[in-house]
Amino acid sequence: MDNLSIVAMASIFAAGLTMAIGSVGPALSMGSAIQQALAAIAQQPDERNSLTRTLFVGLAMIESLAIYCFVISMIVIFANPFWGHFIKAGG
Amino acid sequence: MEIVSLNQISPDQVIIWSWGFITINVTILYTWLVMVILVFASWLATRNISSEMNVSRWQHFLEVVISVVRGEISEMTKKGADKYIPLIGTLFLFICTCNVLVIVPGFVAPTASITTTASLALCVFIAVPYYGISHNGLFHYLKEYFQPNFIFFPFHVMGELARTLALTVRLFGNIMSHEKVIGILLSVTPLLFPVIMQALGLLIGVIQAYIFAILSIVYIASAVSAEEEHHVHVDVKKEGSQA
Repeated sequence: MDNLSIVAMASIFAAGLTMAIGSVGPALSMGSAIQQALAAIAQQPDERNSLTRTLFVGLAMIESLAIYCFVISMIVIFANPFWGHFIKAGG
Repeated sequence: MEIVSLNQISPDQVIIWSWGFITINVTILYTWLVMVILVFASWLATRNISSEMNVSRWQHFLEVVISVVRGEISEMTKKGADKYIPLIGTLFLFICTCNVLVIVPGFVAPTASITTTASLALCVFIAVPYYGISHNGLFHYLKEYFQPNFIFFPFHVMGELARTLALTVRLFGNIMSHEKVIGILLSVTPLLFPVIMQALGLLIGVIQAYIFAILSIVYIASAVSAEEEHHVHVDVKKEGSQA
């Protein structure tokens, strides 16, 4: 197997693994954050506005972790820096 | 109509027109388009502005937007919002317009390019020390970096840089991922299902604009109000010594 196909195989494999592992943690933590927020809103419906706003900000913070993983996997698949290097070296 | 193909990660790569070292890519073109729409809409709204009982529909719309933004800001900063409305409101309106116009065929959201989101995040990055210094003075602003002691200085600086990066990548990743997901779905299940994802994308776009604005307010408020507690402490100490 030449270098190019090793890079291609590793990129696809790494992209899939990045999304798979990287979305587990944010999913669990977003679930528990929403659970707590719903419980809090059920207890204190008057505080709904500030709870919802804080929940959104917190969800955005957590979600950015999953987004980092997604961006990394997109870069690895579509804009891989090693790909160009090995094409240049091979050709 | 597909302008940005599926394997192009950013609309910056699609160049429409180039002359010498000046190149106009899709991002710049659609940013100008959004700017023209926003400027024209606000000109239309403020053309016959009045404080009478009967106001035009456009003025109603603009007043609703401004009062919502003002309410959000004053709830976050706990005091006057008028200082922050120009920046935060513009950021919100620009990102919201970009994200919502995705529903128009042929429109590529400028926020799907990392250069646009990076420049928006840089505006916030510069605005935080600007508001902090103009509100508290240079010395008190810089002193916040050495709280609780000087060891924390590099961590504060790293935090500033990291949250700018987070703002950039969050907006870019959300909008770009939405475009890619729709592109992939169109090739897998072309009937009806992409429409539902488009509707979801509108919701995500508005929420992301809201989150960008809210996080900007949170950052600015943390730079501005960090000193408030300190002032209160000093006042309490003074009163204590007087008593």
